[in-house]
Amino acid sequence: MSELLKAMGEHLWIVASSMVAATIIGVALGVLSYWRKKLGVFIIALAEIVQTIPSLALLALLMIVFGLGDLTLAIALILYALLPIIRNTHTALNELPPHIIDAARGMGMSRAQRLTKVEIPLSIPMIFSGIKVALVNSLSIAVMGVLIGSGGLGYIIYRGIQQRNMGRILIGAIPVILIALFFDWAMTKVQVRLSKHTNGV
Amino acid sequence: MKLITLFTKNGAGLLESLGVHIMLVILSVLAGIVIALPLGIYLTRHRRAANVVLAIAGTVQTIPGLVMLGFALVLLGIGTLPALVVLSIYSILPILRNTYTGITEVLPAYTDAAKGIGMTKSQVLFKVELPLAMPAIVSGIRISAVYIVSWATLAGMIGAGGLGDWIWTGLATYNTDYILLGAIPSAILAFVFSAVIGAVEKAMTPRGLRRRS
Repeated sequence: MSELLKAMGEHLWIVASSMVAATIIGVALGVLSYWRKKLGVFIIALAEIVQTIPSLALLALLMIVFGLGDLTLAIALILYALLPIIRNTHTALNELPPHIIDAARGMGMSRAQRLTKVEIPLSIPMIFSGIKVALVNSLSIAVMGVLIGSGGLGYIIYRGIQQRNMGRILIGAIPVILIALFFDWAMTKVQVRLSKHTNGV
Repeated sequence: MKLITLFTKNGAGLLESLGVHIMLVILSVLAGIVIALPLGIYLTRHRRAANVVLAIAGTVQTIPGLVMLGFALVLLGIGTLPALVVLSIYSILPILRNTYTGITEVLPAYTDAAKGIGMTKSQVLFKVELPLAMPAIVSGIRISAVYIVSWATLAGMIGAGGLGDWIWTGLATYNTDYILLGAIPSAILAFVFSAVIGAVEKAMTPRGLRRRS
């Protein structure tokens, strides 16, 4: 039991810290692609290509460069998380009604002020929904971390597979599935809450 | 340079793995289409069942690939067939969801007009709803195919063959050459599948709707 809790803790820790990093990078790239349209097309196309790389291939390739361990898994999770976050940030910013941005401009706000005081706050529900998609995916991809020497629930599952022991596989798998379903449910609730604040726009 | 000689030296073996990989993807996506397309259409006629079925399919999708393959290994054993079963199950959801939303999002104005000019139910389906939903359905097939290229490398674990074999061998023996030989072609393959089906998706969009998006 304590082994299971420890594995769950590791799993959540790796996923959570990767998602924090992915959010910072993803929102920054989303804003950049909003400010510079041509660069934006390139950034999103690149993130789409990264997304199509098979997870086993990406993990194995990253392992060659970064070696075995948690860091390599975290880098893979961040790379996969970028597309939903960049795309949602970019779409949210682009779909803001022009009159709001004009009003902010008319009040004499600088570009940075518009971004931090108007544009980002109004985009938060959609950015949040991108983070949700990324997080639920990451919980599942993180299982494969065991193949590159990282911890988490994947270790328990993989040992079960090697022993052809259905019970052991389930002991590792059920928490992964429940955690993913829980986050999907809880974050959808939060998202509905968040969008209530911005609906008047 | 070293990479080129590495690939030419292993060319024959790689081509065979690539063939197996493509076959795995095509067969399981075809199975996905055969199951998901009629089921998706059925669900648009039975909305209450739709919520349940889509929720179940969504839950199955959250099961990590390694776990599903582990189940298959324990229950069905090693080989290409168990792998095909797992891959086919995975390919269902994106196609199912896109078929369902694609058809439900057809504007009532179109279906009403179709009924108004005296089309039968099956005519409405085949001449109005399906053509209008086709871009969404093909996009679901594209998502499935890209997923399946990825899952198929994973399926090397249970002896499915394909490009995953090289990566698994590379990981087990810590041999970077093998990892590169499996990983690079599989990444390119996923990209090619995505691009080709993306082009089909564009071509499938009815001409009158093309300029809008």
